[in-house]
Amino acid sequence: MSFLSYLVSGISLGSIYALIALGYTMVYGIAKMLNFAHGDVIMVGAYAIYTICITWGLPPYVGVLGSIVVCAVLGVVIEKVAYKPLRKASSLAVLITAIGVSYLLQNAALLIFKSDTKSFTSVVNIPSIDLFDNQLHISGETIATIVVSVIIMVALNLFINKTKPGRAMLAVSEDKGAAQLMGINVNSTISLTFLIGSALAAVAGALLCSSYPALSPTTGAMPGIKAFTAAVFGGIGSIPGAMVGGILLGVIENLSKGYISTQFSDAIVFGVLIIILLFKPTGLLGKKINEKV
Amino acid sequence: MQKERKPLKAATKSNLITYGILIAAFIIVSIICASNDKMYQFKGMLVPLCIYSIMAVSLNLVVGILGDLSLGHAGFMCIGAYVGAFFSVLLKDNIPLDWLRFVISLVLGGITAGIFGFLIGIPVLRLRGDYLAIVTLAFGEIIKNIVNLLYVGVDGSGLHVSIKSASDLNMAEDGTVIVKGALGITGTPNDSNFTVGFILLLITVFVSLNLINSRTGRAVKSIRDNRIAAETVGISVTRYKLIVFMISAFFAGIAGVLYSHNISSLNTSTFGYNTSILVLVYVVLGGIGSTRGSIIAAVILYALPEMLRELRDYRMLIYAVVLILLMIVNNNEKFNLFKEKISISRFIQNRREAMSKGAKS
Amino acid sequence: MKLKKIMASLLAAAAAITCLTACKTDGNTSGNDSENNASAGGNVLRIGGSGPLTGDYALYGNGVKNGAQLAIDEINAAGGINGCTLEFKIEDDEAGEEKAVNAYNVLKDWDMDISIGTVTSGACIAFGAEAAKDNMFILTPSSTAVECISGDNAFRVCFSDPNQGVASADYIADNGLSSKVAIIYQSDNAYSAGIFDKFKSEASAKGIEIVSEQSFTKDNKTDFSAQLQSIKDSGADLMFLPIYYSEASLILQQAKSSGLEIKYFGCDGLDGILNMNNFDISLAEGVMLLTPFAADATDDATVHFVTEYRAKYGDETMNQFAADAYDAIYIIKAAAEKAGINADMSSSEICDALKKAMTEITVDGVTGTSITWAADGEPSKAPKAVVITDGSYKAM
Repeated sequence: MSFLSYLVSGISLGSIYALIALGYTMVYGIAKMLNFAHGDVIMVGAYAIYTICITWGLPPYVGVLGSIVVCAVLGVVIEKVAYKPLRKASSLAVLITAIGVSYLLQNAALLIFKSDTKSFTSVVNIPSIDLFDNQLHISGETIATIVVSVIIMVALNLFINKTKPGRAMLAVSEDKGAAQLMGINVNSTISLTFLIGSALAAVAGALLCSSYPALSPTTGAMPGIKAFTAAVFGGIGSIPGAMVGGILLGVIENLSKGYISTQFSDAIVFGVLIIILLFKPTGLLGKKINEKV
Repeated sequence: MQKERKPLKAATKSNLITYGILIAAFIIVSIICASNDKMYQFKGMLVPLCIYSIMAVSLNLVVGILGDLSLGHAGFMCIGAYVGAFFSVLLKDNIPLDWLRFVISLVLGGITAGIFGFLIGIPVLRLRGDYLAIVTLAFGEIIKNIVNLLYVGVDGSGLHVSIKSASDLNMAEDGTVIVKGALGITGTPNDSNFTVGFILLLITVFVSLNLINSRTGRAVKSIRDNRIAAETVGISVTRYKLIVFMISAFFAGIAGVLYSHNISSLNTSTFGYNTSILVLVYVVLGGIGSTRGSIIAAVILYALPEMLRELRDYRMLIYAVVLILLMIVNNNEKFNLFKEKISISRFIQNRREAMSKGAKS
Repeated sequence: MKLKKIMASLLAAAAAITCLTACKTDGNTSGNDSENNASAGGNVLRIGGSGPLTGDYALYGNGVKNGAQLAIDEINAAGGINGCTLEFKIEDDEAGEEKAVNAYNVLKDWDMDISIGTVTSGACIAFGAEAAKDNMFILTPSSTAVECISGDNAFRVCFSDPNQGVASADYIADNGLSSKVAIIYQSDNAYSAGIFDKFKSEASAKGIEIVSEQSFTKDNKTDFSAQLQSIKDSGADLMFLPIYYSEASLILQQAKSSGLEIKYFGCDGLDGILNMNNFDISLAEGVMLLTPFAADATDDATVHFVTEYRAKYGDETMNQFAADAYDAIYIIKAAAEKAGINADMSSSEICDALKKAMTEITVDGVTGTSITWAADGEPSKAPKAVVITDGSYKAM
């Protein structure tokens, strides 16, 4: 039963990683940049919910919707102000700017919300399930996380493959110049990508802080790095890759904590990652790069 | 990362300017230090400035010359720092000559880090771009995780190593624990000073510039610019990549030894991915591939948050804003045009052209 | 091309710095009138320290900052120490060793007379080594590692790690709380790993069986489900938590939602959990901890501190860090009055006088009564064991 329990909590953690990784991978696919500030957008989203639900006392769904709006706007603003001027610069220059944005968000949150950890109230109101004579306990947050993640992933896949703006995103990620020639507005497509990615971050923030209810200005940093790892693991730029990568990362992390050692779990997770990348150098579902001279 | 086909002379001249700037800076700083009793903050920052300059110059070899993104440079620094500090603390009483012990620490720390550079270089050969970045980040985190749990003690019967806790070392009563897990190594002798740091920086710059302008360096740059073409003309990608990784890691290890002998408390929290990213920021802002730029950016960006201390709570916020503005302004086309107009070298060049025209007529 | 890029960066940086210095002078003149007046009088004792005011450990640094500032303001309002006004400055070190040394140098440039050291252990060792060279007096509120006060110039307010580890194991054994203990500790934190290590050796000496040793790291401190599952399987009846309260709150919450029922025992790091914003205190019901400070205590000192702190800072970072720092300033006051410190003495003279006075004074503070110090810098005070009942501490 322990195994199932490790597995379920691993999938739950992994689903959150996957949601964050989706934001990473979408932005990477289209803007070819690593948006290191993505993790901190999650933190902003969580603080937005905290302010709306706890400080102002409004119901959770208002909080989640408000947070999605805040993050979506924030994502678009960040793109317009910080990344757009660098569209022609090297990808490393944009990476550094993203790191700057990450510092900015963390320190702004520190000034506004102060340094002490806030205890988050779960926005999920689903009863937990006990299976196999109470041997396996699945909390409401876990159920919500997995269900919400699955819905979002399916919806996102449909959106990208079936709708016009979604296919415009695919086109831009394939070839910016050609897409522009075909009448696609590249700028608004990139903005849309940031909007969706950041809105997903808000959802991830709500789920993350509902499952692990401690909120501080650095809350988003580590899930951000883990999700980046997950996105690369699955093959960066690939949306199914981000989902698979995120969930696998969460499961590996929890199983290694459960069966090998909690002391070395960080090393084990990264070790597995290195080994897999050695055999699949472009991630699990990444495209093979055909090199031409 | 455009191709540069400068004549050798220009490269030599540029190198001489770099050495000139460094030595002039050293002399000016030494004079300021000698003539001032106070300015502790300034004096205290000198060795860290050398350390981070060495880090930036060595990372520039990988990022700028080899063209591979590395997010685990602090891991090599960590290895160098721990090996060097361990050796110094172990033999504190056995080697009476401070400088000799320090030199041996430097060599040991550097070489160990270099060996790890070699080991990490092997997977690098198969990976590119962000996949490589994540693997280097992963290595850095693995090193940090393991070192955090490392306990090493010494007693009459020799060394005891454990990766669980100090009580698992099973030491004799008279034994001392040198590496104390999360607490790291404490009481490392304070052997580094600005002069030592400066000499090490100079050596790093010397090796780095010579490498860049050597046959090896040109081979490496050809790999960066077009790997397949380089392979076609018989350049061994494996060999050159490993060489660059090892040299880069070696100097990061040296920086680590310098670090651990500057501050009497050493633990892994210093060597997380944040430090790796910070050094990467120096390299990128200094102009990828430019040794001199890496040093200048390291100096400015290390000093910046320290100079902003007066702003109290707003310090890191302003630092972030400055970082973003620097990147945007630096990549702004209009600003670059403006810069060219006011650039001194351009001015001199124009003057020279005008003069030569005048002479002709 | 490269040269020009560098020039550009330089220019921009120079411009930025000029702007900032301009702001800075403005801020100083408008914001700190009292400070300037005090400096003009010349009869000033400068107390400095460093701590993580930003980054992962910001809540500990800000606790110390607020607690110390509260005490400084009270002392100044009451006429200062030996007629000297106090000035206080705390620099940010982000809990890093190197930044702590930088902070120390900044404070030296500021003519610091007395130091409260740093908030975290690693930083304090580095800070302390520099201070020992200058013979600068240090009284750290919260650095728990043994090595933090290795110099004869250094003292501390809190307990040391070994002290807490041994005391916890003894308490559990002597009161027969449990014979099967599980532990969750933070393996990359000196405080937590230090207590864990001593607890482990003392527990085996006392016949307590440790059935499960779990850990987490700074980078891995949100999801505890695997650790809790292992503990569930191990059959432990008590969980020892030598960690800080923000992580503990997550463990309590996740243990509850995974249906784990177990007794909890912690150290002073758990203190502050009841004051966490929006924390469901029913989760902490029955948690036992050894702590010198209890925000709900009813003695006059604590009530006074808590009331004043709330009035000034609200519930922000009201934890044992704030209490330790508050006490640290009053302890410095007691020692300085005993030693007859005045503003004309150099920091080294002050240090020599305070070192002697520290071993002679007895202080009643928020974090303990009748506290005395040995020359090695360790405080002697009795840890109080409390249990959380109905949302407040009850003595055990």
